[in-house]
Amino acid sequence: MVYFILKRLVQSVFVMLAVAFLAFSLFRFVGDPISQMTGVETTVADQERLREDLGLNDPFVVQFYRFTTDMLQGDFGFSYRTRQPVADMIADRIPATLELGVVALIISLIVGIPAGVYTALRPRGVLTQGILLTTLVGVSIPTFVIGIMLIFIFGVQLGWLPTFGRNGTVQIGGWESSLFTVQGWRSLILPAVTLGVYQLTLTMRLVRAEMMEVMRSDYIRFGMARGVPMGRLHYRHALANTMVPVITIIGLQFGGVIAFSIVTESVFQWPGMGLLFLESIRFVDIPVMGVYLVVIAFFFVLVNLIVDLLYVAIDPRLRVKDL
Amino acid sequence: MLVIKDLAVKFPSRFGDVTAIADVDMEIRPGEIHGLVGESGAGKSTVGAAVIGLLSQPGYIAGGEITLGETDLRALSPEAAHRIRGDRISMIFQDPQTSLNPLMTIEDQLVETIQAHSDATHSQAVTRAVDLLEEIGIKNAASRIKAYPHQFSGGMRQRVVIALAICTDPELIIADEPTTALDVAVQSQVLALIQRLARERQIAFMLITHDIGVIAQVADRVTVMRKGRVMETGETQQVLGAPDHPYTQALMDAVPPLDVKIDRFRVPEEAPIAGEGPTGNVAEAWLLEGQRSEMLGLTLDHLTVQFAAPRTSLFRTPAPYVALDDVSLTVRPGTIMGLVGESGSGKSTLAKAITGLVSPTSGTMQLGGDDLPYGKTRGRRHPSRQLIQMVFQDPYSSLNSRHTIADILEEPLWFYGFVSDARERRRLAAAMLELVGMAPEAIDKYPHQFSGGQRQRVAVARALLARPRFLICDEPTSALDVSIQAEILNLLKDLQSTFGLSVLFISHNLSVVRQMADDTAVLRAGRIEEVGPTEDLYEAPQADYTRELLALTPVMPKAWRRAG
Repeated sequence: MVYFILKRLVQSVFVMLAVAFLAFSLFRFVGDPISQMTGVETTVADQERLREDLGLNDPFVVQFYRFTTDMLQGDFGFSYRTRQPVADMIADRIPATLELGVVALIISLIVGIPAGVYTALRPRGVLTQGILLTTLVGVSIPTFVIGIMLIFIFGVQLGWLPTFGRNGTVQIGGWESSLFTVQGWRSLILPAVTLGVYQLTLTMRLVRAEMMEVMRSDYIRFGMARGVPMGRLHYRHALANTMVPVITIIGLQFGGVIAFSIVTESVFQWPGMGLLFLESIRFVDIPVMGVYLVVIAFFFVLVNLIVDLLYVAIDPRLRVKDL
Repeated sequence: MLVIKDLAVKFPSRFGDVTAIADVDMEIRPGEIHGLVGESGAGKSTVGAAVIGLLSQPGYIAGGEITLGETDLRALSPEAAHRIRGDRISMIFQDPQTSLNPLMTIEDQLVETIQAHSDATHSQAVTRAVDLLEEIGIKNAASRIKAYPHQFSGGMRQRVVIALAICTDPELIIADEPTTALDVAVQSQVLALIQRLARERQIAFMLITHDIGVIAQVADRVTVMRKGRVMETGETQQVLGAPDHPYTQALMDAVPPLDVKIDRFRVPEEAPIAGEGPTGNVAEAWLLEGQRSEMLGLTLDHLTVQFAAPRTSLFRTPAPYVALDDVSLTVRPGTIMGLVGESGSGKSTLAKAITGLVSPTSGTMQLGGDDLPYGKTRGRRHPSRQLIQMVFQDPYSSLNSRHTIADILEEPLWFYGFVSDARERRRLAAAMLELVGMAPEAIDKYPHQFSGGQRQRVAVARALLARPRFLICDEPTSALDVSIQAEILNLLKDLQSTFGLSVLFISHNLSVVRQMADDTAVLRAGRIEEVGPTEDLYEAPQADYTRELLALTPVMPKAWRRAG
């Protein structure tokens, strides 16, 4: 058990090293940082002096070592565009993206799991066919179209919800949250639904497929044969077994939601990391792009680690040794 | 108590309803163990499922009566039927590995079942559950009840399944192949338990099985089914010992006896005899031509195979798992060596070591005097890869379902470079089909178009087309019905003697090995317990373990068999 976690941790370190290497390569191979930083009036001699001062003439390995140790100490460098520390910029934007992602995830789970269970237990029902058809349409439409449609209906036509931006935030410690005011929720709900729709569909279809599989298994049939109440059979026996594989996919998807919230954030002008990333690309702001890469990879690794631990919590076969 | 009259079950399909069973009559009294035998597709399990009301979708009961005591089971609403399940009728499934929920403790599963049918409080239910587990032979039940299913061995798990089935004091238990997945020693314990429960608690059992030996040992009365119809029913001794119906007679003839060696099995519907057609002769001649070389024996000397155990600690390397421990064995040229043992005894590991799929830790293997290199060090072109061929247990997964029979059979011909002409290859493959008793027209079909027995014939044909001198058969008939098993065993015997093959015949079925093997080795936990000429070994076993195995194998008492 401890060995299992340690193994995963060591693997995670290697993944992060590989990503740091990729991020670092960005600096080396995507354009010349000196020409990005200086104007045309800087002399070649000054450019050379700057290059020497910044340590850009040092061997690759030394530079990579410096890059990684700086990162580990929380020094992510400076943005070319705003001249601010990248760490501050990211820290500013993380709460917005995380809150958006988590709310989207919760929406997709709250709707997706019950819908999956329902459609699995009544495979021939009219409502089931309706749900399957709707979600098929939902998954076929690109995210940005869904976002624009939602803005059009709820923002423009009905005028119920704001169409862009993040409002009503409250400062809690270093965390700027929009979860504590009505105003904040009003601006959060549309982007969260947009981001959650795809994940909702996937969760639902996955739960449905797994649940139907589990309902055919011997232990469910045996449960029926000995008269265990149907409700208990569905929700205690079948659902728990369904969740084991579903959790992996949900975890992977959550990483994806954080990483690919770019589209949603840009449609709703949501001031999260995705929007920051888009702006950075436009200005070839390589330090921000590199750090974004590392931060997103860190989320992925973290989520996967949590999924592994959840596995152990759910499945006694991984937890308890043979007698 | 349970009375079934004229029961019919139908499955709707695109081409109209398919009748699964029809005109089934049966009566089971309290405390009676009623055997229900038949081959696969006979509708045995459908009868059980119809009684407990768990027919798989979209099957339905088309007619007839099922009454339990005074209750008409067909007239019940779905809710009432669900209340009766567990309360008055319960069920035991075949595979204890899959019939328990892996995520819940034994305690939770027992308690929920008890509470579903009585007003017992949680602590009362726990007390009853512990008592029950003690009663059916699980020691330290009070602490072991907290365990999860995977922490129990197969036999213990089947006991837990039985405990779950009887914890609500049902009147009738439908046991669907309850011991098929178990080793003989465990099987005999489980059967003894079933007998005890029937006697002491007056529970009626419907014992569904394909194993005549099991029926002979425990059933009071027996019903024989075939293709959805009842063939014969009556007292076990009378039905098995002096069957009235020709089908029952044929079935009994196909069962390999443990206590005597017979030359050939009588097969219910004799398939075309091998090698009779003119094209079959072509294949036979071709194989004989390639096999002028002398017969090859196999010698294993102090062979040991170890596997690394899963690592659980950072600082300790766990002791390796010993799959084969110092095994020495000689297969004489041109003879059949039977290898018997329970699951996990290392039978299949031995086959894998010989074929180079597993690397031994130490020891030597020799085929006809030439050393066989270990595992991956044996080159792809090493001659032994052609000389040693294998027939696997499961004919459903050992043939590539996307290849036609022609593709499958022609592969060894071009792969080993025997026949370069494509048309000649096809002719030989067709001839080979006839040699193993199949129509040559089958060559353009796909494996899924054939039954299990026919597929196993194809697997044998594929092995022979490599012109092997040494054949490994790993449980070649354990997935097949007895009558099909008899056909395949006859076929293997014929081919072995025609071509002078040396064979390693692996099986857990002692009766089958007695019929097939010249010598027999008994394997237990990776060690050879005993090895010797088959007749000597069966008549006068030396090792205690062999004696135990022979005693525990369920067979029909000799006295039942009719003279002649």
